Amino acid sequence: MAETTKREIFLGEGSGTGSGSQHLLVNIGPQHPAMHGIIRIVAELDGETVVKADVEIGYLHRAFEKDCEVGGYNNAIPYTDRLNYVSPLINNFGYASAVEKLLGIEVTDRCRYIRVIMSEISRICDHLTCIGASAMELGAITVFLYMIKAREFLWELVEEVTGARLTISYGRVGGVKADLPDGFAEKARKAFQETREVLDEVNRLLTGNRIFMDRMIGVGVLSREETVAYAITGPLLRAAGVPYDVRRAQPYWAYDRVEFEVPTQKDGDNYARYLVRMAEMEQSMRISEQALADLPGGPVNVDHEGRPIDPAAYVDRGKQGKTAGLLLLPLTLSPNLQGQSRRALEQVNSGDKRVTLPPKEDTYGSIEGLMNHFMLIMEGSGIRPPAGEAYFPVEGANGELGFYVVSDGSDRPYRVRCRPPCLPPLAALHRLLEGGMVADVVPSFGSVNMIGGELDR
Amino acid sequence: MDGARIVETLTTRFGPAITETHSHRGDHTAVVDRAAIRAVLGFCRAEPALAFDVLMDLTAVDFLKFPGREDGPRFEVVYHLYSLEHNHRVRLKVRVEERDAVVPTAVPLWPIANWLEREVWDMFGIRFEGHPDLRRLLLYEEFEGHPLRKDYPIDRRQPLIGPKT
Amino acid sequence: MGVGAFFTSKLDEAIGWARKYSIFQYPFVTACCGMEYMATAASHYDVDRFGAGLVRFSPRQADVLFVVGTISHKMAPVLKRVYDQMCEPKWVVAFGVCTCTGGFYDNYATVMGIDTIIPVDVYIPGCPPRPESVIDGLMKLQDKIAAGAQRY
Repeated sequence: MAETTKREIFLGEGSGTGSGSQHLLVNIGPQHPAMHGIIRIVAELDGETVVKADVEIGYLHRAFEKDCEVGGYNNAIPYTDRLNYVSPLINNFGYASAVEKLLGIEVTDRCRYIRVIMSEISRICDHLTCIGASAMELGAITVFLYMIKAREFLWELVEEVTGARLTISYGRVGGVKADLPDGFAEKARKAFQETREVLDEVNRLLTGNRIFMDRMIGVGVLSREETVAYAITGPLLRAAGVPYDVRRAQPYWAYDRVEFEVPTQKDGDNYARYLVRMAEMEQSMRISEQALADLPGGPVNVDHEGRPIDPAAYVDRGKQGKTAGLLLLPLTLSPNLQGQSRRALEQVNSGDKRVTLPPKEDTYGSIEGLMNHFMLIMEGSGIRPPAGEAYFPVEGANGELGFYVVSDGSDRPYRVRCRPPCLPPLAALHRLLEGGMVADVVPSFGSVNMIGGELDR
Repeated sequence: MDGARIVETLTTRFGPAITETHSHRGDHTAVVDRAAIRAVLGFCRAEPALAFDVLMDLTAVDFLKFPGREDGPRFEVVYHLYSLEHNHRVRLKVRVEERDAVVPTAVPLWPIANWLEREVWDMFGIRFEGHPDLRRLLLYEEFEGHPLRKDYPIDRRQPLIGPKT
Repeated sequence: MGVGAFFTSKLDEAIGWARKYSIFQYPFVTACCGMEYMATAASHYDVDRFGAGLVRFSPRQADVLFVVGTISHKMAPVLKRVYDQMCEPKWVVAFGVCTCTGGFYDNYATVMGIDTIIPVDVYIPGCPPRPESVIDGLMKLQDKIAAGAQRY
């Protein structure tokens, strides 16, 4: 029989046959109280200290990559919405840019700026959700309510532009679905002002808060070398001191024409990540405001509003073969199609006939437009990039979001791979948790900002 | 460093082990022989002029239904590397046959390869030799088959679940 | 029908009224619908005015199971277990079209509707449903709770 240790005598550990102390296995998840939902951490505890943490993922695997191969290139856009569902616009545009790279086409300038503005708004929503949720898990429920309030203001903005709040399917290969509505700049300005007020309140509530600091400083530390070795990017990398931001390193869309800072911290703990995210929200608003001010193409002045033509007369003219000049006649589109008039679409879509749908005036107004529309939508035809592959990285809210698209020349993607920015932090999560206490699991996990849709795809 | 020069550095160093290089839409790719992939990856990471310290992505593509490549090696394991210091990227590929779908692991070089390779095993059935813990990542253990292979129909029902009524 | 039946039916109504205005929800949140769930629960679309604001994070303490977001085959046993752990009376709300019918994820990984696993009382379709839809579904659930007091 082995010697009974002090711990066994005093703490009653061990089975009495001298097998030594035992660790307690605590299964955290897969159903979380925190709104993260779908991670299983099997923590081996020695008292309160986490000795070993085994992370299991995959509870939200929805076969994104396989589903993308089923339909055409634009069919994958709704699936990309649901990847990082807190910042869906970044995913949409990232995928569309990867396919555009594969096709070798360029989008218009105005579209680039619109993509920048909408991506930054999405990024702010993501950081608001992350900080709100992780503060709520620490007990600061007020902060959560304030952050969601700010997120509502931004979602109203997104709804103005795209029509939906969360799963917007706004990006298209070759551009975006529709132009920005009138008066958007003014509404955005107001929304940003209100968001700034909320951020100010939250700052006063959290940043100097003794309890918050005690729980977050020095907790969940990941050294710079480990962060890089685990291919972690985004706010976690910047909190460890590496100023890597895809928007700075490989500028895309209009990021080389706006000025912004890349906030970094040195410590690599949860508090540093919180500070980085708060600073990034301010930078995102700054980028959006600059982009709105510099938006090329100006406000869409529809000065040819003119008289609506009587539909019957229109049809008669067409039947008589007098089709010349019919396309140039002003048509009033339904209000559902706001932002999709011919002039607006020309400003935001690449105009390449193989890729972008013709505006509705053409689709309904001429046989060529109808044929073009038909060829792009129906099976067997559609967007056909030449065979090849392309990888396009964008800066997602959690780090480098890359889309690797392989085409075989047909109208369906052969392989779509999403490089998820939250997979590396989860792979490193066991390093974050081991050595800490079981109560530190919650703030560390919250600061990693795991988004299930992106992690499990 | 320019992508072309990176690939050139690799070809001068490894010669015939780099079976093919190409560049498409600005991305430079080198196809590496399976036997040499560990050495090439190690070189990419250690060589100061390359300094690829980040393994951005490790994935695979199944070429079973690719027009023109149905007879060639079925799988291609793709590595996307990035260097923080020099801000350059490269793509490396390894081609493997279906019968012999084994690739040396990259875990000793980059710890993130642990999970990325587990995902490739899960989705494609490609084994990684030397991997400490090769089990499924996204699907449950009783799942039969490897779903991202082209011969796996998207709505196949698993035996645990039963047939669709 | 006697006086006794009048009293018991009034009692049932009272119990139904009390139950419907004190919903303790268990949010089984997995995916994107969780964002709209958070939005409904927060101050803009306040679900607390229906008495449903206090979220119990334990199935033992909850009476309504809100299944929010896609359920995959890997998650399904967990859902069943959580449902089994709740005590009567309990109701289930299928929030979002992935829980109602599987949504557009017709593939090897998704459960095509949670009613294949557990009985559902209210289906709230939408991808994700707007908070107005959620509140509408919640009010329907309240009607059901009030009417169903006789069951238990």
